[in-house]
Amino acid sequence: MAEEEKKPKKIVPKKYPMPEQDPKERVKNFDEVPLGQDAEAAIAEANRCLQCKRSPNRKICMEGCPVEIEIPSFIKKIQEGNFEEAVRILREKQSLPAVCGRVCPYENQCEGNCIVGKKNEPVGIGRLERFLADWERKQGKTGKVEVPPPTGKKVAIVGGGPAGLTVAGEMARLGHKVTVFEALQYCGGVLIYGIPEFRLPKEIVRSEVDYIKRMGVEIHNDYVIGKLDTVDELLHDYDAVFVGTGAGLPDWTNLQGENLNGIMSANEYLTRVNLMKGYKFPEYDTPVRVGETVVTIGGGNVAMDCARTSLRLGTKKSVILYRRSEAELPARKEEVHHAHEEGVHFELLAAPLEFIGDECGNVKQVKAIRMQLGEPDASGRRRPIKIPGSEFLIDAQTVLIAIGQSPNPLVPMTTPDLKTKKEGTIGVDPEGRTSKKGVFAGGDIASGAATVILAMGDGKRAARAMHKYLMEDPSWPDPETFEKLYCEL
Amino acid sequence: MYEIVKAEKLTPDVIRLEIRAPHIAKKAKAGMFIMVTPDEHGERVPLTMADFSPEKGTVTIAALEVGKTTKQLGKMKAGDQIFSLVGPLGLPTHLQNYGSVVSIGGGIGLALMYPVVRAFKQAGNHTINIIGARNEKLLMYEKEIQAVSDEFYVCTDDGSKGHHGFVSDILKKFIAENKKVDLVYAVGPIIMMKVIANITRPHNIHTVVSLNPIMVDGTGMCGSCRVIIDGQTKFGCVDGPEFDGHKVDFENLTARNKRYIPEEQISLKRFQEAK
Repeated sequence: MAEEEKKPKKIVPKKYPMPEQDPKERVKNFDEVPLGQDAEAAIAEANRCLQCKRSPNRKICMEGCPVEIEIPSFIKKIQEGNFEEAVRILREKQSLPAVCGRVCPYENQCEGNCIVGKKNEPVGIGRLERFLADWERKQGKTGKVEVPPPTGKKVAIVGGGPAGLTVAGEMARLGHKVTVFEALQYCGGVLIYGIPEFRLPKEIVRSEVDYIKRMGVEIHNDYVIGKLDTVDELLHDYDAVFVGTGAGLPDWTNLQGENLNGIMSANEYLTRVNLMKGYKFPEYDTPVRVGETVVTIGGGNVAMDCARTSLRLGTKKSVILYRRSEAELPARKEEVHHAHEEGVHFELLAAPLEFIGDECGNVKQVKAIRMQLGEPDASGRRRPIKIPGSEFLIDAQTVLIAIGQSPNPLVPMTTPDLKTKKEGTIGVDPEGRTSKKGVFAGGDIASGAATVILAMGDGKRAARAMHKYLMEDPSWPDPETFEKLYCEL
Repeated sequence: MYEIVKAEKLTPDVIRLEIRAPHIAKKAKAGMFIMVTPDEHGERVPLTMADFSPEKGTVTIAALEVGKTTKQLGKMKAGDQIFSLVGPLGLPTHLQNYGSVVSIGGGIGLALMYPVVRAFKQAGNHTINIIGARNEKLLMYEKEIQAVSDEFYVCTDDGSKGHHGFVSDILKKFIAENKKVDLVYAVGPIIMMKVIANITRPHNIHTVVSLNPIMVDGTGMCGSCRVIIDGQTKFGCVDGPEFDGHKVDFENLTARNKRYIPEEQISLKRFQEAK
């Protein structure tokens, strides 16, 4: 036995499989697709980890994590079967583990840096995070979460999405009194209205929000800052304010016919289905209709969510129309893979030209054109170019526009001295400070539309800076220098 | 949860609810609206703010009971709780002393018209108010609107009260008489607002209409409420609900408001059968 231990560890080349619902079955329901691993599989997966140390020559897993989770440490505890301690390590840095264990783009982050992944599949860090969060939830703990004695400082958070909830969790953990103002009837932001049930069950979001409440955070729902109190008014009652109002404004194609019935933004469609539970109509009152063919325009995660949701709502054909090729699809690999498995039809290298309606004002066809890829553009991706004469028609009863979102203008509009950049995002310095003293911002409202985990990373940085501002150093960059550095970009 | 403090019928088909919401009442202004979700299974519907009182800490909504949600509201009583109430939303009516303002309201539009004409009056305008309904029994806010009117006209389609005919007849008469009209404000059925806008357009009388597109979130997030204004797409919830009546594409609004008629009927039938 002793001799065996000295041998170099033999690497298991593939991740231990994640049980999933069968594609044929799952397109008929809204239940979660990956079912989660059991303790045995999680320990086996953790044992694929080499516990490598930080090195100046290459980055390790935790250096790819926007919220700086001590990944090797929690994996070590899983190897030892000490899940409680593993959860504690995870929770130190991560306010929403059950969410991130499901929706993070691990392949570009922690798993992208994993040394095992150089020649084999990387350690399944994402699924281990999910395992721990699910294990913790199953312990069914309720009651107050221990926090330090009050600092006497009060913090207001505008927007209860991933960025805002992270700041709330971090600040509560430091002993500050935190109040969240959320415009919708439930907290979670895109986790509630955007990401579908089959990818992120809403029960999980509720349980994460509940954890934050158990830390003593107060949440006001139905509360639209900018229409009710302004940020200036909040500053009378609170020592600092964090703005995390997201990129809620849908982008449009501005093509002919876009206002026909049956054409909607991905936001409208997903809000009807997820937030309002339109998939349970008429048990829930908000209607949603798809028809025989749904065409989704765009190639990101939101587009995949739209296309896969449409199949579950009973459409016969769900088409993704994307102007570049499969390699450039911005969606997570897992989403594209699941979409393929479920029978989403990919119409790649094609872009819409016009929407054609019937005599009643309903969309009936999308006129599109074939594209080819030219030289790389400013984004580094190859620019799509129209192929003359290649126009074609696709029948569609529903068209979903999933080409991006812009920052929500309400807070900048009602806070005159909060400087914005030309695309409408709030200007912030690397610590998340805005041009207005005491006001911090992060997530999509500061970065433009990005991911859940990047918003959480922003929230983490802002919380750190906010804590320093409240407890140590109340100085603030002077507005003119600030504007030059962080707004005129 | 938001408590209903008073519930009453304005007409057999119109419910008026006064709801405790001090934070909204404090910030509400004429012309804005509220998103209402009666219970956790409910939809979010934009409803007219018929009144608001910062002193009492209440807002008052009025709804024509046409569909499932509004009929459900119609059954609610004082002491009942509303699941979600979001507001005040939309831009308030632009108030200034225009001079002579003709405000025209029809049907459920009269509930929204009341705080708006009250505000016009407070801003120093000469207020000429024309209200209309199919018949006398369906008129509402008559006394309240009359109290803030310098001139006041009532119209009914069947002649049961006031002028026998449409609200637009009175406006046409004013124009024919060269009466001084600096602003026309119209709120009511789409067809009424369209007719009014068509009457004032050739005379270049600035005309503001308050639109009622289908909404989901009501805060600018989804675009369900998009309307075409002068060829440009605008959101009813954040850019409106009031727009220049001469620039509104009323045909598109009419078509878009019919989007969910089959589902609305399913919901209504289910609600009625459950009783």
